[in-house]
Amino acid sequence: MNAPQITNPKLIVRDLNFFYGNYRALKDINLDIAEKMVTAFIGPSGCGKSTLLRTFNRMYQLYPKQKATGQIMLDGGNVLDPKQDLNMLRAKIGMVFQKPTPFPMSIYDNIAFGVKLYENLSRNEMDERVEWALKKAALWAEVSDKLKQSGTSLSGGQQQRLCIARAIAVKPQVLLLDEPTSALDPISTAHIEKLIDELKKDFTIVIVTHNMQQAARISDFTAYMYLGDLIEFGDTSTVFTNPKRKETEDYITGRFG
Amino acid sequence: MKSTLLHQARLKQQIWLDMMFRGLTRLSAFGVLALLLAIIASLVMGSMPAIEAFGFHFLVNPEWNPVTDEYGALVPIVGTLVTSGIALLIAIPVSFGIAIFLTELSPRVLRRPLGIAVELLAGIPSIIYGMWGLFVFAPLFADHIEPWINDHIGAMPVIGPFFAGPPMGIGILTAGIILAIMVIPFIASVMRDVFEVVPPMLKESAYGVGATTWEVVMKIVLPYTRIGVVGGIMLGLGRALGETMAVTFVIGNAHELSQSLLMPGNSISSALANEFTEAVGELYTSALIELGLILFFITFVVLTLARLLLLKMSKREGKST
Amino acid sequence: MLTLYTRRRITNAVGLTVSMFAMAFGLFWLCWILITLLGHGLPALDAAVFSKMTPPPGSDGGLLNAIAGTLMMSLLGTLIGTPIGILAGTYLAEFGQRGWLAPITRFINDILLSAPSIVIGLFVYEVYVVHVKHFSGWAGALALAIIVIPIVIRTTENMLRLVPNTLREAAAALGAPQWKIVNFVTLRAARAGIITGVMLAIARISGETAPLLFTALNNQFWSADMNNPLANLPVVIFQFAMSPYEDWQHLAWAGALLITLSVLTLNILARVLFRQSATTH
Repeated sequence: MNAPQITNPKLIVRDLNFFYGNYRALKDINLDIAEKMVTAFIGPSGCGKSTLLRTFNRMYQLYPKQKATGQIMLDGGNVLDPKQDLNMLRAKIGMVFQKPTPFPMSIYDNIAFGVKLYENLSRNEMDERVEWALKKAALWAEVSDKLKQSGTSLSGGQQQRLCIARAIAVKPQVLLLDEPTSALDPISTAHIEKLIDELKKDFTIVIVTHNMQQAARISDFTAYMYLGDLIEFGDTSTVFTNPKRKETEDYITGRFG
Repeated sequence: MKSTLLHQARLKQQIWLDMMFRGLTRLSAFGVLALLLAIIASLVMGSMPAIEAFGFHFLVNPEWNPVTDEYGALVPIVGTLVTSGIALLIAIPVSFGIAIFLTELSPRVLRRPLGIAVELLAGIPSIIYGMWGLFVFAPLFADHIEPWINDHIGAMPVIGPFFAGPPMGIGILTAGIILAIMVIPFIASVMRDVFEVVPPMLKESAYGVGATTWEVVMKIVLPYTRIGVVGGIMLGLGRALGETMAVTFVIGNAHELSQSLLMPGNSISSALANEFTEAVGELYTSALIELGLILFFITFVVLTLARLLLLKMSKREGKST
Repeated sequence: MLTLYTRRRITNAVGLTVSMFAMAFGLFWLCWILITLLGHGLPALDAAVFSKMTPPPGSDGGLLNAIAGTLMMSLLGTLIGTPIGILAGTYLAEFGQRGWLAPITRFINDILLSAPSIVIGLFVYEVYVVHVKHFSGWAGALALAIIVIPIVIRTTENMLRLVPNTLREAAAALGAPQWKIVNFVTLRAARAGIITGVMLAIARISGETAPLLFTALNNQFWSADMNNPLANLPVVIFQFAMSPYEDWQHLAWAGALLITLSVLTLNILARVLFRQSATTH
């Protein structure tokens, strides 16, 4: 596997293995995530792309019998080091999920929830931060007059942008998106894709998607995974137009998967 | 710049609060464990005088005499088991029928209101059943049903002696019937709940090959839900064994062992309800507490057996598929 | 071939008819009980019931002290039992995945859930009443709290399990510590279900008689002192109904109707609340 030239890696993954009990779900993964770029993970379901994403903020640790070995370097520290403080780590790495997950509270509180965890802001500063996050997530125009309403009252697409706003409000360095549009209609999907393009000016973005066109449209680098192996990783244009591996070609041309 | 925003002190505080909260919930869970141990310990300690005085003979001794200070638990134990047995004998088929009706037969409009009615009835305090049994059911039973039972069933060989005796209205049989009426809503609503989770596809597949409604219920629904059905029956049995008020009013409270189900008897819970606050003397009180311990033990055993049975059933299921 | 088919159809018809009779049989008894309750209870339910104390036999009176006692003990029992139940239920659902404590606690909770309530009364008598040497409202409240705890544990755990894991993950992904995730996200999401469970528990204890017999006992007079024997509806109903005096029996019916109505109302309210929250989500 010939890796692409990445001069400014934000995350460096080395010899990463992941286990669900005895089952090895990721096998010796090595790759670099470029800073302020979009990296996409693609592959058939069960290939380990979501699992890989969830090792970056150790989300798997909520569950017993799941463990990861190897290294994921972020700012010179190993994410997988048991001494690494989890909450601190997750404050630096935001995540958005497949299904929108608004908390059972108002739109305003949804966004303030994460900010309040680590910052003491005055009322005014908090208002500004909420507005900033909602504007970044292209939701401000739609909700500015109903910030006190429950987050669950929004439409699916709006809920997902609320979740993105919530994630960026804490000003993370990396944003993980786990199939963020798979539960949404095409118009909402277009909204969010445009948003991702905007957000990469400020954040390093990693997105898992089962939609190859989406990966081709929005990502700078693409990793193709199959059965826990990283089969191919490179510039998105190269992977899609001139794949090095037969398996990748079969998958992106739709002969398999 | 980022790290100045993330206050180190705040982080420490969060870790500490996390530990506190987790510890608090753990302590509460532990409290439940301690509660059970405390219940058992206090009952055992309270029964010690009676245990020392009577030993295992307590369990098989039909005598219960406060005057001579001699106590045996046989009559209330038998009363508890027999009334609960009668209750289940009546309640299981009736509850099963109600559950079938509610899930398979009832017109759509009636389904919800009838289901809710059954659930609400499960919430009526048991003392109401007892009062109704004493004031309404027992007199009618004595005047109209028991003479008929005497004449027809009482004369039969073998089972006859169980149904002989004066028609008094109160007694073991009446208590069993009242208990049955009380536990029917419990068992029926559990059965209905589990019947409703059978995937419609499964039932439709059976109907698709030409099965009748009855065959679908017996051969698809019942096997699919039997774990839940057994669970519901055990829930009802637990209720019946420990029930106090519905029984105390109508069982007759007589410490006598008689073959006839029409005669008054006693159950553990009604002996406690009637005699405990009036008991004088250490041995009398202690004997009553030992009755409570036995009752707790019986429900404990029934529940544990039910658990094991369910575990075995689900394991076998796991193997066969 | 035809005979087999006919036999199957007959079995079907018989089985279904019997089911229908079972439904009618069940409803028959239960309607009869309710009608009796209304027939005896309504005429006895007058203003005196709510304004006078329980009388000695042969004179006028009401149930005021018993109603007040039941309210006080149910309220206190709920206040003591609910926090413990919610905390322990939270442990089972949120923290107990690893280790031995959760499965054992779950099993024990099942036992407590169907433990005979009279045994709970016996327990409180042994550990509390014997030591302070008199019956009291506190002892009654304590016994009721022990009945509330397992009910609240069960519903809390069940309701928390219905909260999707992605919600927990979303809060964790922001770097929230676990106590915040649980208190501000998952417990909030399960709030309606837990409140329903607490209401059902209140309904259950407000009709409980057996555990109060040896703890609160009864008190013929007005008392708001939790340290004294405390009158309460279920025990008054029990004593009055078992008595030979007719005016006592009338009061017992009035009390029985009162308890049943409040229990049914609580049950219906709980249901309505739960359904409302289910539709807004």
